[in-house]
Amino acid sequence: MTRTLVVVGHGMVGHRLVQALRDRDATDQWRIVVFAEETRPAYDRVALSSYVDAWDAGHLALAPHGDEVDLRLGDPVRHIDRARRTVTTASGVVQPYDTLVLATGSYPFVPPVPGRDLPGCHVYRTIEDLDGIRATVAAAHGGGRRAGMVLGGGLLGLEAANALRGMGLSPHVVELGPRLMPLQVDEGGAGLLKRLVEKLDLTVHTGTSASSIERDGERLFATLSNGLELDLDVVVFSAGIRPRDDLAREFGLEVGARGGIVVDDTCRTSDENIYAVGECASIGGVVYGLIAPGNSMADVVADRLLGGSAVFPGADTSTKLKLMGVDVASFGDAHATTEGALEVVVNDAVAGTYAKVVVSDDAKTLLGGVLVGDAGAYPLLRPLVGRDVPGDPVTLIAPSSGGVELTLPADAQVCSCHAVTKQDITDVIHSGECGDVPALKACTKAGTGCGSCVPMLKKLLQECGVEQSRALCEHFDHSRADLFEIVRAAGITTFSALIAKHGRGRGCDICKPAIASILASLDRGHVLDGEQATLQDTNDRFLANIQRNGTYSVVPRIPGGEITAEKLIVIGEVARDYGLYTKITGGQRIDLFGATVDQLPAIWKRLVDAGFESGHAYGKALRTIKSCVGTTWCRFGVQDSVGLAIELELRYRGLRAPHKIKSAVSGCARECAEARSKDFGIIATENGWNLYVGGNGGFTPRHADLLATDVDTETLVRLIDRFLMFYVRTADRLQRTASWIEAMDGGLDHLRSVIVDDSLGICADLEAAMEVHVASYADEWRGVLDDPEKLSRFSSFVNAPGTPDPTISFREERGQRVPVSLGIPEVAAR
Amino acid sequence: MTAVVELTWTSVCAWDALQPEAGVAVLLPDSSQVAVFRTFDGGLHAVANVDPFSGAAVLSRGIVGDRGGVAVVASPIYKQAFDLGTGACLDDPTVSIAVHPVRVLDGTVQVGSP
Repeated sequence: MTRTLVVVGHGMVGHRLVQALRDRDATDQWRIVVFAEETRPAYDRVALSSYVDAWDAGHLALAPHGDEVDLRLGDPVRHIDRARRTVTTASGVVQPYDTLVLATGSYPFVPPVPGRDLPGCHVYRTIEDLDGIRATVAAAHGGGRRAGMVLGGGLLGLEAANALRGMGLSPHVVELGPRLMPLQVDEGGAGLLKRLVEKLDLTVHTGTSASSIERDGERLFATLSNGLELDLDVVVFSAGIRPRDDLAREFGLEVGARGGIVVDDTCRTSDENIYAVGECASIGGVVYGLIAPGNSMADVVADRLLGGSAVFPGADTSTKLKLMGVDVASFGDAHATTEGALEVVVNDAVAGTYAKVVVSDDAKTLLGGVLVGDAGAYPLLRPLVGRDVPGDPVTLIAPSSGGVELTLPADAQVCSCHAVTKQDITDVIHSGECGDVPALKACTKAGTGCGSCVPMLKKLLQECGVEQSRALCEHFDHSRADLFEIVRAAGITTFSALIAKHGRGRGCDICKPAIASILASLDRGHVLDGEQATLQDTNDRFLANIQRNGTYSVVPRIPGGEITAEKLIVIGEVARDYGLYTKITGGQRIDLFGATVDQLPAIWKRLVDAGFESGHAYGKALRTIKSCVGTTWCRFGVQDSVGLAIELELRYRGLRAPHKIKSAVSGCARECAEARSKDFGIIATENGWNLYVGGNGGFTPRHADLLATDVDTETLVRLIDRFLMFYVRTADRLQRTASWIEAMDGGLDHLRSVIVDDSLGICADLEAAMEVHVASYADEWRGVLDDPEKLSRFSSFVNAPGTPDPTISFREERGQRVPVSLGIPEVAAR
Repeated sequence: MTAVVELTWTSVCAWDALQPEAGVAVLLPDSSQVAVFRTFDGGLHAVANVDPFSGAAVLSRGIVGDRGGVAVVASPIYKQAFDLGTGACLDDPTVSIAVHPVRVLDGTVQVGSP
C-alpha cells in the first residue's frame, strides 16, 4: 500500500533524501510531496561562491527529481497537526502524511551590530543573497579601491570573501576569534593560511569585531572594535548559522538547549512519525552545518522509510577546500582533543605548506590532521582516520619521505560525500563497468560531491591495472603533449624522421595531421612544404574548407570584424565573378562557398591583391577575434574593444594548435561579443580588462572562467601568450581549451598557478615561443601563390588540368548557387 | 569461349611528378574518375575517386597511411579508410570501391580501364 511522505524544505539534504528514497524504493511504496519555501529547486549551496564566475544559476543545479515527485516550490509549511498527521502550507493546502521529514535547514546568524540592517548589508546563503550583493556592488560607485567587509572568518566567510574578490572587490575579513577557520584549522595552519590569503588581496582582521556600520551617501563605513575604520562598498555577514527549528518549537517537538530539533541516531524526533535531517537537526547534541553529515542523515531516513535499520554513522566533519588557489584541509580530530593525542607538525614557511597529523598516545592510530598550502595528502589520509598507520607518523606528511606507500583497506570510505568505499569502487572497476574517472563518477557517485577524492579515483584505477592509454594512435605510443616535447627538444623537422625514431608503420589520418600541427606550431616552414603537404587534412592541404560536394569555401581574415567598404566590394566582386555562395559567419567574417580546387589560387590572388590574407578558417588554429563596437561608437563602452581585438588577432593569427581557437572582446560588461563562450574572452572594465579562459559553444557549451581581473593591455597580452602556448604544448589532439582545463590535474587553479604565478618557471619560455611565432608569421595563401611547385598541385585532374569535375553541379536557391545533392548509390541503397 | 577484355590505358603523368604518400585525380575517357597514389615504398595504386559515403569525388585528396600495415587512404569527408590494394572499406565491410590496374611505361604512369 502506498504511504505518503511529506518533506518540509528542499535544500541539498531534502533533495538528497528524495533522491535516495527514489533510488531505492523499487516498488513505489512512498508517494513523495515536498513543500519548499524557496522558489527554486535545491541547488549546490556548497559551490555557491562559484555562482560569481558566470552568474548562471544553472551551473549550481542538482539532478532534477522525476515527475512522480510532487515538488511544491514557494509554499512553506506553516502548521503541523501531529494528531491528525497533516501539514498546512502558507497557501492553505492541507496535506496528510504518514511520515513527515523536516529538512528546513538553517538561517544565517547576524550579530547585533548597529547598522546591520542598512542597505548594502547582506547575508551569504542563497543565490538571491549573491544577486543582492552584486546589485549593491554595481550601484556603489565610489572612487578608488573597491572594498567589501566579510564578518566571520570561518569556512563560509572565506568563501564569501572569495565571491567578493570575484566581483573585483578587495575583501576585509573580520573574525572575532584569534584565527581564521577556527573550527577546522589550528593555530599554526591558520597563521600560514592568513599569510597566503593576504598575498591574494585579502585583509584579515582577527580578534576583533564590527562595533558599528554607518552609511554616508553611496558608501558604508564600518568601525571595528580595535578602532579601525573601513570605507566599503558592501558588507556581508557570514558569522555562522542557526537551525530553523521554529516549526518544531511551535508544534511541540523536543528542541535542543542550543537549538536544533532533537533526533535520535535514526534521525527520528520526539514524534515517531516525524524525522528531522540536516542543519535543522540536533543529533547527539550537535547541529552540523556541513553537507556530509546531512547526506548521511538523509540516507539513514531513506533506509528507515523502506524498513531498514540504518543508524547515523557519526559525523565526518572533514573539510577540504581550495580558496583562491590555497588548499585547506581538516579531518578527524584536527584539534587533538582525544586524551593523550600526539601532534606531529611539518611547517615549511618557505614552501608555504603546513601539515599536522594527530595520532593516538601510542603513535599507532591516525586520529586527524590539518593541511594548509598543499592538501595533496588529504584523499589518502582522511580515509585512514581511526586506523593504524605504519612507521613513524611524520612520514605521512614529511615532503622528503615520498616513498611511503599507504594502501587503503577495502572498507575505507574514499568518498565521504556519498559514502562510497574503496571496495565499492574497485568492484565496478574489476567488473569492467568503469574504465575511467567519468565512468566511476556516473556509476558510484564518488567524486561528484566536493571532488576531493578524484585523485584517489585515478589512483585506484591505476592500482586495478586500468591503463589510461595516452597513445596517439597505432603508430605512436606517446601522447600529443609528449610528442610535442620530443619534436621541440630534438629539433625534429619532418614526420618521417619522427616516426622512424619514435613510432612505427607509416602513419595515418590521426597522427599525420597531429604531427603536422605540432610542426606548424613550432613554425617549421610553410604547412605545404615538401612532405608536410602529405600530412595535412584536406582543409589544411588546400587552405580552404571542404564542403559536402568536394568543393571548398574561402574565408579571408577580417580582423576584429572591422572592414572597409572597398574591401567589402572586392569580396562581393570575387563572389560574383566565381559564382560563390556567400554567407556571414558567426565569427564576423564572410564565407565564400563553392570554389573548386583549381579556382582557389585565382580567388586568393584577387583577395591578396586587395590586401586580404588567409583567415585560417580551415585550420586547427586561431580563427577569429570577434568584437563589439566598443568606446569608439557605443555610448556604454568603457574600452576600445575593436582596437584590442584587431591587435590580438594580428598577434595570434596563424597559430596552429591542438584544436581551433576562438576569441572575442567585449567593450563593457553587457558582453555583446559573447566573449565568455570563447577559448579566451576579454571583457572591458573601468580599469582595464578581465580575461576569461576555457569557454566553448558547440556541442558542450561552457562559460569561460575568470583568470585575471582589471589587467592592463600589456599584462593581458602576456597572460594570453602564456595561456595559448601552454595549451599548444600540453593539450591532447583535438582537445579544446575547455576540456583541456577540465582534464587538468588541479583544473583552473593549476592553470592559474602556472601562467599567472609562474609556478613551473616556464612563463619566460612560453612568452619567447610566442614571440617566435609572431615574428615568423607569413600569409599561407601568398606562400602558395609565390611558389610554382605548390601552385601546381591545385589542379582538378592531373591529366586534364582546367577540366571541371563533372560530378559537381549547382542549382539556385534564394538567388545564389548551392550544390546539387550527390547520388550516393552504394551506401544509400543499404 | 573466354571473352578477352581489352584494357584502355590512360596516361596520368610522369612517375616523378607523383609525390610519395599522396594522391592525384585522373579523368578517364568515359568521364569517370580515378585516384592514383604513390606510397612511400614506391608502390602505385589506383582506386575509384568517388567516396561512396558522400558521393563526392575526393578520395585522391585523402590522407595516405597504413592500418595494421595495410596501405589505406582515408576519405576527407567522413574519414572512412579504404584498402588501396583491394578497395575494401575497413570501417564498413559491406562497402568497397573499384580498383584499377596501374602501370609505369617509359616513366609515365598509366591507368587501365575496361
